[in-house]
Amino acid sequence: MSRIETLVNGVLDGDRRALARLITRIENRAPDAPAALAALFPHTGRAYIVGITGAPGTGKSTVVNALARTLRAQDRTVGIVAVDPTSPFSGGAVLGDRIRMTDLAGDRGVFIRSMANRGSLGGLAAATGDVVRALDAAGFDVVLIETVGAGQSEVDIARTAYTTIVVDAPGLGDDVQAIKAGILEIADILVVNKADRPGAENTVRALRATLELGHRLRSAGHHGPLLDQDDAPPEPALDLWDVPILKTVATERSGLDELAGAIERHRAYLSESGLYEERARQRVQAELATRLREELLARLLDERSPAAVAGVIERILARQLDPGSAVRELLNGT
Amino acid sequence: MSEEKIRVLVAKPGLDGHDRGAKVIARALRDAGMEVIYTGLRQTPEMIVEAALQEDVDVIGLSILSGAHMALVPRVLELLRAEGLADVLVLIGGIIPDDDVPALLELGISGVFGPGTNTDDIVRHITATLGARQ
Repeated sequence: MSRIETLVNGVLDGDRRALARLITRIENRAPDAPAALAALFPHTGRAYIVGITGAPGTGKSTVVNALARTLRAQDRTVGIVAVDPTSPFSGGAVLGDRIRMTDLAGDRGVFIRSMANRGSLGGLAAATGDVVRALDAAGFDVVLIETVGAGQSEVDIARTAYTTIVVDAPGLGDDVQAIKAGILEIADILVVNKADRPGAENTVRALRATLELGHRLRSAGHHGPLLDQDDAPPEPALDLWDVPILKTVATERSGLDELAGAIERHRAYLSESGLYEERARQRVQAELATRLREELLARLLDERSPAAVAGVIERILARQLDPGSAVRELLNGT
Repeated sequence: MSEEKIRVLVAKPGLDGHDRGAKVIARALRDAGMEVIYTGLRQTPEMIVEAALQEDVDVIGLSILSGAHMALVPRVLELLRAEGLADVLVLIGGIIPDDDVPALLELGISGVFGPGTNTDDIVRHITATLGARQ
C-alpha cells in the first residue's frame, strides 16, 4: 500500500495522526494530495459545516470553544479549523487560536487544526475547503470554521459553511460599523458576544436596525456570483430566514444553548425550504469555476514559454499592446 | 506547486506566570517563515502532545522557567513516543541550569537555548536539523 493510501485508510478509521498528516499534505499541495482527496470524497457530505466570523477582538475563538463544548454535551463530535493570517513579509505565521480552546484538550471527540491563510484573501486559506472535507470524511458530526479576524469583505466563509455566524461585541464602534454591508449580509445568525459589558443593548439595537434596513428578501443567490446567469436555476427560492440576534458571554458559556438551538433551526430551515440543495449546487458551481480557473491558468502558462509571456508584458509596458489583446494572443498561442 | 512550511508548536508547560520569552521566540520563528502554533500558559504535557499531534508539527519549543523541567520534559518525550511522534524535534528554552543540559540532551532533546540566545541560532538549529533528515 502506498503512503497516501495508508493515510487515507487511517483517516477513514479515525486515526488522528493520519488525519493530521494528511491535512499537512493538503495544505502543502503535495503531489499526492489530489488522489487522497478523491479517495476521501465519497465519504464526505455528512458533517454539518458552521462558519464563525467577525472582527478581531469580538471573541470568535472563545465562542468556538464554548460552542464546541455545548455540542460535545449533546454527544456530537466536533472538528475545528481555525484560520489566522500569514505574514506578508516573511510567509510565516503565529497561530494563536488554540489559546482560547484549552478547555477542549483531552477530549478525543474534538480535533482542532490551526491554519495560516498563506496569503489568500477572503478570510480563509485556499486549502480550507479541502481540509474541511478531510475532517468530514474522518467522521466529525460538526465542523466549525473560524475565519481570520474579518472586516467587511471577508465573505468566503459563506461559500463554505452551511450556517454562518457573525460575532460582534459591544464597544467596537457599533453604529458606524453595523451599517457596513458585506460581512453582516452573510450572517445567518448574529451573535453579540461579551454581552455582560456596557453597551451590549446598543450593539443589539444597531444590528437589528441594520437588518431591518436591508431586509433580507434576498434570493438564495446572495452567496456570490457563480457561473453564467443562464445556468442558474430558473427561479431561485427566496431566503425568508429571519436572522436571530443572540447575546452570549462565551467565557462563561452563557447563551450557548440558544446559539446551538439557532444553528439547528437554521439547518432545519435550509432543508425544508429547499435552500440546502440549491446552495449545495451553487457551492459546487463556484468551486468548479475557481478550480477550472486555476487549473487552466497553470496549464496555459505551462504551455507558453516564459519568454513569450515576458515579451507580452514588455509590449504592454511599451503601450504597443493592450492587456485584453494580450490575453487573446496568449490564448491563441500566436 | 508544493509549498512546505516548517510548523512549530511553542508551549509553556507547568505553572510559569509569564510568557514573554516564548512570545519573542514565536515571533522570531514566524519572521523566519515558519508557522508557529502558540498555545499559551499552563499546558500539561498531555495537552502539548495532543496539540502537536493535531497540528502535525515538525518542532516543539518548550519554555520552562519554573525549574520543573526534569519532571515535565521526560513526560512530554514519553507521551510523544506513545503517540508515534518520536520524530518531532523538541527544543527547550527558559531557565535551565547548565548541569541539567547533558541529561536533557541524553533524554532526546534536540537543543537547549537559555536566556540571551540569539534567535537566529534557534532558526539555524531547526532548519539545519530538519534539513539534514531529508
